[in-house]
Amino acid sequence: MSSVATPAPVPHRRRRRRTKLQRRQTRLAWLLLLPALAVVVFVAIYPLGKTVYQSFTNQEFLAGLTPTKRVGFSNYHTLIHDTIFRDTVVLTIKFTVITVSFEFLLGLIIALVVNSHFKGRGVMRAIMLVPWAIPTVVAAKMWLWMLDDTYGVVNDLGMRAHILSHPHAWIADPSTQLAAVCAVDVWKTTPFVALLLLAGMQVIPKDLYEAASVDGANQLQQFWRITLPLLRPAILVTLIFRTLDALRVFDVFQVFFGYRLGAQSMAVYNQSTIVGDGHVGYGAAMSVAIFLIISLFVVIYVTFVRVSEQ
Amino acid sequence: MTTATEATGAAIRPVSRSVRLRRSRLGRTLVKLPFWLLIVAIAVYALFPFYWALRSAITPDPQLFSTPVDYFPSHPTWAHFDDALSSSFFRRALLNSTIVAGSVTLISLAIGSLAAYALGRFHFRGKSFVLYLMLSMTIFPQIAILGALYTMFSGFHILGPIDFPKLYDSPWALVFSYLIFTLPFTIWVLTSFMRALPGDLEEAAYVDGATPLQVFWKVLLPLIAPGLVTTGLLAFISAWNEYLYAVSFIQSPSHYTVPVAITSFTGSSGNAFQFPWGTVMAATIVVTLPLIVATLVLQRRILAGLTAGAVKG
Repeated sequence: MSSVATPAPVPHRRRRRRTKLQRRQTRLAWLLLLPALAVVVFVAIYPLGKTVYQSFTNQEFLAGLTPTKRVGFSNYHTLIHDTIFRDTVVLTIKFTVITVSFEFLLGLIIALVVNSHFKGRGVMRAIMLVPWAIPTVVAAKMWLWMLDDTYGVVNDLGMRAHILSHPHAWIADPSTQLAAVCAVDVWKTTPFVALLLLAGMQVIPKDLYEAASVDGANQLQQFWRITLPLLRPAILVTLIFRTLDALRVFDVFQVFFGYRLGAQSMAVYNQSTIVGDGHVGYGAAMSVAIFLIISLFVVIYVTFVRVSEQ
Repeated sequence: MTTATEATGAAIRPVSRSVRLRRSRLGRTLVKLPFWLLIVAIAVYALFPFYWALRSAITPDPQLFSTPVDYFPSHPTWAHFDDALSSSFFRRALLNSTIVAGSVTLISLAIGSLAAYALGRFHFRGKSFVLYLMLSMTIFPQIAILGALYTMFSGFHILGPIDFPKLYDSPWALVFSYLIFTLPFTIWVLTSFMRALPGDLEEAAYVDGATPLQVFWKVLLPLIAPGLVTTGLLAFISAWNEYLYAVSFIQSPSHYTVPVAITSFTGSSGNAFQFPWGTVMAATIVVTLPLIVATLVLQRRILAGLTAGAVKG
């Protein structure tokens, strides 16, 4: 955040009346920020506070049935013993670990390949942006059809290549359901991860590589000693953003499995508790728990960065 | 870089077989072959699902629902596209999504550019606090406030005679709630554009007696126009693609946005026992095409905007 300290372009002739000018500037700045802050307060901060409050009540969406009252920690108590919720947490974390590692490794390979000079690099970069730009719901639908148990192309290819002996029901079979959602997410997001890493690679000065190859370092050494260390900030930011995104996954799971038990992500279960069942109070407690789980990951990343920087 | 390696390598070592191989034209192609295979594999991986959607959209139903699978439709048809586009439900969804995503984008750009002006060109206490607030908002999990928004939208009392309007099942619920992810992002990226501008033009305008708002409107805004286009497009895409809030706050099919419509497609053709995959694939192509075109045209700018948003933390 060093760039925050850039001096504001205060005209020189006004420097003499600095304090008065500064006060005017500050007032104007806050005035300009007012609409944005009002929106943020109304759209994010107030609802967040409301969620925390609701989590200590027994509020139902159809409030006529049971009058809302404060119930202390009882929602949280129920939540800890809610095995469905526990399963969704485990499934979501599995999903996160699998997708983020695949996306990172594949993305790094793709970024290295596309980073070398060749004709059509621009086209390649454009192609890579395409899966990222389409709605996740659309990507999920496309894959749902490709994974269709009777007419799906994945089964057809698998049988032609003699990998599969008979068509497989990828979505219905609980042992392949996680692989199926991961496949969509990896397909949709890997190119984007690659592009972020590529952007990081392109700011590494070329002379470093030239100097290294004059000194006789081979490509692999150059990768380990130059590319990887200098890419570290880009890698960390990419990993953090991807992890947070994966932990709040909703679209793919909901499109693939609906609200099927045992195939819900944290967000899917939370949404169905609030919107489907109308348990606003209990759902709010779950939202707070999810928020804390995600924050925990942020804290882990940040400590990791701090420790490894010392 | 590779030429440097080859040159030094050739100078030190006696000319080896591999170097001789690399020098001939055919040899060079052969050495590069694995590289090009990799490039092709990446492109096929990224594009195959689109090909498959397109192929399924133009394959007539009898071939679509038969095994073994037909890789190239022998009798392409527009029937599925006709079916998708003639469905008033889907057309309605396209219109709703355009209105919602368009309004969200315009509001974010208007409010966001004012805030970015303050954050990028002014000096004041609390500036870094606001910046960090916006940054933390960009990673805010939307699910965390689903219940609160859900109850807010069904109407509640604010103060005195003021009631929050009942937004449930109205597109305005989506416009309002989408601001939570478009606005902080817009502010963050536009601030980085504002900050990158040189101060001279602004100073010249001040010397000529312009007010700060005139400077903003006549000098800075035209200069960051490319940034506005990029940020606007990114905000539009994220609003166009949103699903969680759309599926939670909208109930009547006439208010569905595109992602919700795609998941609840039943189509009018096809028989009662077969899901209308051809029509759904045609619909996905219709929805995706504008996004793909916009992305391809503005590719460089999008990348610049995304890296400004993601890497500058």
